[in-house]
Amino acid sequence: MNDKKWIIAGLLLFTVVVLSPVLWNAFKTPTPPEPVLSAKAKAAGYCVLAKDQMKAGHMQILDVWRDAVVRQGERVYKSTNGKEFNMSLSSGENSCIGCHTSKVEFCDKCHNYTSVRPYCWDCHNAPKEAM
Amino acid sequence: MNVHYLFSLIAVVALCLIAFVGVEWLGLQALFGVVLPYAAVLTFVVAFWYRVWSWARSPVPFRIPTTCGQQKSLPWINAAKIDNPTTTGAVIVRMLLEIFCFRSLFRNTHMSFHETGTGVRITYRWEIWLWVFAMAFHYSFLVVLLRHMRFFFEPVPMVIQLLENLDSFFRIEWMSSVVGIGLPGVFVSGLVLLAAVTFLFLRRLLSPKIRYISLAADYFPLFLIMAIALTGIMMRYFLKTDIVGVKSLVWGLVTLQPALPETVGSLFYVHLFLVTVLLVYFPFSKLMHMGGVFLSPTRNLTTDTRARRHVNPWNYPVKVHTYEEYEDDFREKMIDAGLPVEKEQE
Amino acid sequence: MADLPKAAELIKIDHKPKAKGWMETPVNIRPGMYCYAANPKSLDYMGFPNVREWNPLDQDWKLPNNWKEILFEGIRERLGRFRSFKIFMDICVRCGACADKCHFFIGTGDPKNMPVLRAELLRSVYRNDFTMAGKILGKIAGARPMTLDVLKEWWYYFFQCTECRRCSVFCPYGIDTAEITIMGRELLNLLGLNIDWIATPVANCFRMGNHLGIQPHAFKDMLDFFEDDIEELTGLRMGVQYNKKGADILFITPSGDVFADPGTYTCMGYMMLFYYLKQEYGLDVTWSTYASEGGNFGFFTSHETMKRLNAKMYAEAKRLGVKWILGGECGHMWRVITQYMDTMNGPADFLEVPKNPITGTVFENARSTKMVHISEFTADLIRHKKLRLDPSRNDNLKVTFHDSCNPSRGMGLLDEPRYVIQNVCNNFCDMPPNTIRENTFCCGSGSGLNAGENMEQRMAGGLPRANAVKYVQEKHGVNMLATICAVDRAALPDLMKYWVPGVAVTGLHELVANALILPGEKERETDLRQEPLPGMEDGTDE
Repeated sequence: MNDKKWIIAGLLLFTVVVLSPVLWNAFKTPTPPEPVLSAKAKAAGYCVLAKDQMKAGHMQILDVWRDAVVRQGERVYKSTNGKEFNMSLSSGENSCIGCHTSKVEFCDKCHNYTSVRPYCWDCHNAPKEAM
Repeated sequence: MNVHYLFSLIAVVALCLIAFVGVEWLGLQALFGVVLPYAAVLTFVVAFWYRVWSWARSPVPFRIPTTCGQQKSLPWINAAKIDNPTTTGAVIVRMLLEIFCFRSLFRNTHMSFHETGTGVRITYRWEIWLWVFAMAFHYSFLVVLLRHMRFFFEPVPMVIQLLENLDSFFRIEWMSSVVGIGLPGVFVSGLVLLAAVTFLFLRRLLSPKIRYISLAADYFPLFLIMAIALTGIMMRYFLKTDIVGVKSLVWGLVTLQPALPETVGSLFYVHLFLVTVLLVYFPFSKLMHMGGVFLSPTRNLTTDTRARRHVNPWNYPVKVHTYEEYEDDFREKMIDAGLPVEKEQE
Repeated sequence: MADLPKAAELIKIDHKPKAKGWMETPVNIRPGMYCYAANPKSLDYMGFPNVREWNPLDQDWKLPNNWKEILFEGIRERLGRFRSFKIFMDICVRCGACADKCHFFIGTGDPKNMPVLRAELLRSVYRNDFTMAGKILGKIAGARPMTLDVLKEWWYYFFQCTECRRCSVFCPYGIDTAEITIMGRELLNLLGLNIDWIATPVANCFRMGNHLGIQPHAFKDMLDFFEDDIEELTGLRMGVQYNKKGADILFITPSGDVFADPGTYTCMGYMMLFYYLKQEYGLDVTWSTYASEGGNFGFFTSHETMKRLNAKMYAEAKRLGVKWILGGECGHMWRVITQYMDTMNGPADFLEVPKNPITGTVFENARSTKMVHISEFTADLIRHKKLRLDPSRNDNLKVTFHDSCNPSRGMGLLDEPRYVIQNVCNNFCDMPPNTIRENTFCCGSGSGLNAGENMEQRMAGGLPRANAVKYVQEKHGVNMLATICAVDRAALPDLMKYWVPGVAVTGLHELVANALILPGEKERETDLRQEPLPGMEDGTDE
């Protein structure tokens, strides 16, 4: 009854699987994403909410906006500092992409990094990227 | 009140507080984010090896599979090839079914007494719920674990993305300006995990038989996993955390270049610490059934015990009563009765 | 001996455990639920330790001073020798799937009869002495130190398990309580704590070749007596051969069949079958007085004792120079033969791969052990139409079949006996599916618990089996319970009388012999029990 070789093989497999993230990635360069802010956005220095709040909650705001526009016909959002924005993702100067002009350089950076695939662009046209 | 589960509950709450206080007040991000996770993974792997090796060191002196079906005997009798496996291939199938489908648990029945006109009748009804929730628990745990690989790999592998797409198949959204559920998209696995672990806990609590046999060591992992699932769900759907920061922390760990992002909240550290504890606790506890199920001698051996000899490495000679001794004892009587003997009387 | 409660009382069972934890509930050794302590003479004969008179009801069990040390060392040694033991100590998650699978739990409601708790009795001490968590956390980790009360609890509950393995079918990790009970009993035997119904048969078997202590001349006398009975029935003498060198086949069966009804009819059945085969086909079968026991109560004592008793089978086959061995109907005997014998006392390279010379069938499944079960043998004969049978002689019987634990879950012998029954009887039906085949229930008296003083325990343990018989009795008019186990034949008649009056018990080969038309026999008027055959009810006294 020599099953020790099978047991060791199993343990090795187990170890490789458990340590696979480290074995695969060890000593690779950390690559935190850096979303690129357009000049306009930089100049404004303020989005509809503070940066941290936007980072955590932008998807919910967009969702609430969509429902408000489609169901109630409300189209203007008044931010806490009194500024007014068009509640729209992709229509014109005063919408999201009016400021964040590049999907690739802005949205996708973090989304791809964290494997998030929002369904925004299922309906909306992505902005034309400046080559 | 049941001391066993109270003790475990208190232990898990205390663990949450330790991490919270450690990060929020004492600023021990480096400890909870780097040192302990590394130590935990190391402990997990080393202790896992140690435990399995301690089993492997003990030999299997006899081939004692539980036969759960017709043996292979005469060619015209249908043998249960998997439940009474005579070949290594069939044993592998039996083991795969056991490990991936919990086949034995699937057989579970519930015994009950019924009064009938002619007395008591005992019935054994098929009882599927333990199996259902055990499957739900283990598979949702696996999916949750695999989903987390998005933090461990860059770029995120296609299979993981595919799994995420499947897991978020049901789009559940309910938004208001105050509270929102469903963004980011709901992963069913996390909810199933929480539901299953809750069922397993309630079963222990509410069934008198199971409550009677349950130890603190049975409640503790349930509470721990419950807390892990809860903190995860809180982070994802309600309190939110800086997910980019989380990934850069994990990425730092797996590239062996630890870095501590400042934007990650203490809830994440609580979540991480509970997982750390689970990793350390795992190899010293009943959770080692994960490794042990592979080695169970009543399942992982062939049943052709009469056709192929099994060798016991420590088989030692024993004192027997030989035929010669027997005949010496009874020779006279045997001769009188006309039974053949080896040695005629002197 | 304790009074046996009435069936109507015994069936009032509360399966709900009390609020108090099991570790805080001390054992209550109750008359009627345990077997008497081993006779010191038997222990002494076998050279077992701590030989003395003792009584389980006494406070003082007369243990050696260092008994805890002995147990600790005993556990340590067994952990190192048996992976099964070590794994089963470590990986139970207490899911409770086994809880209501045990016939003793179903029949008594005693929570410590749940297989998981039976194992925890031992596991708690294991955790305390051998695991880090147990040493640090103590009771919180489910650990407790060894005490005299714990030892008494072990004794009471390890002799309240019949090692039937039903729980192991349902366990997701295959944890086998039989294996734990086997270890528990080995440990108890280190302190001389066996029961007499095991120890004395063991000593008898060691010296005289069989559990009942039948000496060679008496063994022949008893079979001669059966010859007379058969002659009265058929007009023929069977000419049983003993210790015959150069015979084709050595036949070994449990001695219980030589000794008590209804096993005796099964024994006559074997004799008639062998007579038939000798007359028709010249098959030469010998019995042995030295290896006159198929059963092995050593299996209920320790692995070593099992080996000591089992050694006779191969030794006798070698001495007589037979080709292979045929084994009679017995339960645990076949677990030992199937899963232990070849490993312990093999290889049997002096024997031939069993081949039925009459049908030409080679028993490939017994290629190494060289021992064939008589159900396999007879099924093969019937399949090849080598037996002339008149199943209508069994028409007064409505038969159901009780799968014995060990052939079912340690072997998988399920369809061969059914095939035989269906060819020798016209009326057969099975009990409900969750009570037969690999799900079969124990008779409640296996593993050496078939004594008289523990009748309450036996009737309680046999309740699930009896209840399933009652179901087919009411639904299909079943009046005969067939088995392939000598302990069953000894235990089930009492069980039937208690729970299901009107159902008798038979071995498989009694049914075969009733149907078997022997060459040159006179017209039979009765069956082997000397009860009139169907259609002969009025004609007997003319």
